[in-house]
Amino acid sequence: MMTKFLSRNRHTVQRIGFTAITMMVILTIIPIIATIVFILIKGGSAISWEFLSGFPHDGMRAGGILPAIIGTLYLTLGTAVFSVPLGIAAAIYLSEYAKDNQVTRIIRLAIINLAGIPSVVYGLFGLGLFVLFLNFGTSILAASLTLSIMTLPVIISTSEEALRAVPQSFRTVSISLGATRWQTISRIIIKEALPGILTGVILGLERAAGETAPILFTGAAFFLPRLPQSPFDATMALPYHLFVISTQVPEMPIQIQYGTALVLLVFVLSMNVIATVIRSRARARRQW
Amino acid sequence: MEKSLSWREFIITRLIQSSGYSAILFVALIFFFLLREGLPTLGEVDASSLFNFRWYPIESYFGILPLLSGSLIVTLGAALIAVPFGIGTAIYISEIAPRWMREILKPLVELLGGLPSVVLGFLGILVLSPFLRVFLDLPTGLTALTGSLLLGGIAVPTVVSVAEDALDSVPRAYREGAWALGATKWQTIWRVTLPAAKSGVLTAVMLGVGRAIGETMTVMMVTGNAPVLATGLGSLFSPVRTMTATIAAEMGEVANGSTHYHVLFFIGMVLFIISLVVNVIASSVVFRAKKRAERILS
Amino acid sequence: MVDKIIIENLSLQYSDGTESLRNVSMGIPQNAVTVLFGPAGGGKSTLLRCLNRLNDLTEIKTSSGRILIDGENILDPKTDVIALRRKVGMVFARPVTLPMSIRENIIYGLELMGEKRKSKLDEAVERSLKLSAIWDEIKDRLDEPAIALSGGQQQRVCLARVIALQPQIILLDEPTSGLDPISTGKVEAALSELKKEYTVILVPHSVQQAARTADHAAFFLTGELIEYGDGKTLFTNPKQKKTEDYIMGRFG
Repeated sequence: MMTKFLSRNRHTVQRIGFTAITMMVILTIIPIIATIVFILIKGGSAISWEFLSGFPHDGMRAGGILPAIIGTLYLTLGTAVFSVPLGIAAAIYLSEYAKDNQVTRIIRLAIINLAGIPSVVYGLFGLGLFVLFLNFGTSILAASLTLSIMTLPVIISTSEEALRAVPQSFRTVSISLGATRWQTISRIIIKEALPGILTGVILGLERAAGETAPILFTGAAFFLPRLPQSPFDATMALPYHLFVISTQVPEMPIQIQYGTALVLLVFVLSMNVIATVIRSRARARRQW
Repeated sequence: MEKSLSWREFIITRLIQSSGYSAILFVALIFFFLLREGLPTLGEVDASSLFNFRWYPIESYFGILPLLSGSLIVTLGAALIAVPFGIGTAIYISEIAPRWMREILKPLVELLGGLPSVVLGFLGILVLSPFLRVFLDLPTGLTALTGSLLLGGIAVPTVVSVAEDALDSVPRAYREGAWALGATKWQTIWRVTLPAAKSGVLTAVMLGVGRAIGETMTVMMVTGNAPVLATGLGSLFSPVRTMTATIAAEMGEVANGSTHYHVLFFIGMVLFIISLVVNVIASSVVFRAKKRAERILS
Repeated sequence: MVDKIIIENLSLQYSDGTESLRNVSMGIPQNAVTVLFGPAGGGKSTLLRCLNRLNDLTEIKTSSGRILIDGENILDPKTDVIALRRKVGMVFARPVTLPMSIRENIIYGLELMGEKRKSKLDEAVERSLKLSAIWDEIKDRLDEPAIALSGGQQQRVCLARVIALQPQIILLDEPTSGLDPISTGKVEAALSELKKEYTVILVPHSVQQAARTADHAAFFLTGELIEYGDGKTLFTNPKQKKTEDYIMGRFG
């Protein structure tokens, strides 16, 4: 009789616990979906060809946001140019060359650190080094370099994981057939790790595209009469634009705010979707 | 032909090696520049007024305590939300959800992690803050609580992904052993799986907290930006200002080289050191746990 | 019969303290199948990996002695290790096909050397697949992924991959351990053809396989070479008690 009571108790506890956790998950998931749907609905009506391809008028209160879109594209590209080759090379070093010693541990610590530095501190650093010390001024160059260092740890850690996932036996066989280490890496390892690396790169760039604080003092401008002509020009950018029009411009039409938010959201989320698709398709076609 | 191949290989190897070391270079560079522009503060502002309660740069009051307390209270609030929801969701995904649901939930949570903080701040201003003002009958909706709610949401994906990884890597044998002894799934989770994943879950929490401390745009947009020292629980419902928001808001207006400028860099240094400490502790927890596991298995 | 390989006083100890080879000396004749057999941990695989310097990839604490191939010590630091590995090919216990088509697997080693002429590559593919006794089975499927083949077929492709480089010595480390009896038979048959051109060193996965295939046999126990002799007589009339005990299955 006692055991029957106890066992019923245990299962009741489980049912309560599972319900609590399920509610937690629902409370976590619903805001995510609600956010996206909300912005889609509210901002959808602002989207038009003129909005996407036109320049702003009347102190941003009318017209389009093309320069912000182009600016974000430039910044994302600039970030990619610096962070992708460096990040992948560093990942190759950690995965294929580095020995398990103190120096390697310090490198890993440094990467963990870079990952944890607040984005606004990156902004300060970018201001101090690129804008002032190296005299690049408030420019796409300075902002891209700042964003690149911020994006580096993401690219390095996801790429290293992708490289390590490739079976060790491939390396052993390749070496036994007379390959050098680099031949093994370039002909087999990188090729097989590429989908994972690509996913990491896209996710890293996605974050860079959405960041405001690092570009605040290093490259972002609120109003520019024309598109940037060189890397030494400042630029408008979607996240910064959204920030300013939602907090600092009086009598800003709500439509345009939501529209800008929607464009930024779509920009960022589509990168997310592309990365997820690459990841699942690669998993299906794997030859190991 | 072999000779040129080995030359190429040599150069490539050197390039790859220097790329590996570059991370150290960048951390050092960042630290150096923060130091360079932040240390003069100690010469220009004496310690007693620095660690004071008044932040009013226009009249040269550079007391950073209200900023510290602002960051603290918002982060604490965020942690109180992110830890239960994050670990709970991780447990659900790893231990309870059926396979097909896992495939939907994981990308969905990852999606949240990708949302730009400025978008969340934007919604915070337009939706969350008026709602809280009405719902809690407050003079303003731009409070520490608003910031904590949004920050908690931002930190949750970090906590979920790391904790879920940690729970996933607990060997199946542990769970099966518990079931064989008659434990329910729930008991297994709490008494076996979670303790086994303890170090990974701890790391997840620390990384989530680190993420919350470092957030800038969201807090700047919704916490009201009043540099008032937080005193007790009531401050949760009034405006505060975080260190990150201070830097972001005021950096644009300072004169290069002025005291205000140096103080902002000083605050940046403080943030850098805090995140350094949090991350070193978080990673040493992982290292130590790995070493222990190696010893047990050998 | 000329010795292709002469091993002189070879000793080796891994970084984690496990001693792998203790003062091994032997000669390996040309154009014959030499079998290294014995219980697990005897040092057989380690010896193989010394012969193509694959041990360079693992953490070695100490090693001493010489291995002479055609009179040159391959353990000398000045050795061209890349060329050595083309000369001494290896087939592993689990068939490891590279993530590419069958054809690309076979020509991988040649492409590493810079060979680009399609005629040479095609000829190498056909020749090596024929020598591995698998040409007829897969000659119409060469552009399919190698992973699609059965285990036995994959292993013969791995053998062909090695042969394509026209080595002089072929090392096989328990090549049939995962294979069914028919595939095993095909691999063993290929070996007796191969020994006409190459020097073959085989670590068998059973004493029976050793007895079937050996021209010469060496018995290894915990890193030491216990007995070495003619393949026909060693299994029927071993000289050392330990050898006899192992062959009779008194320990494993």
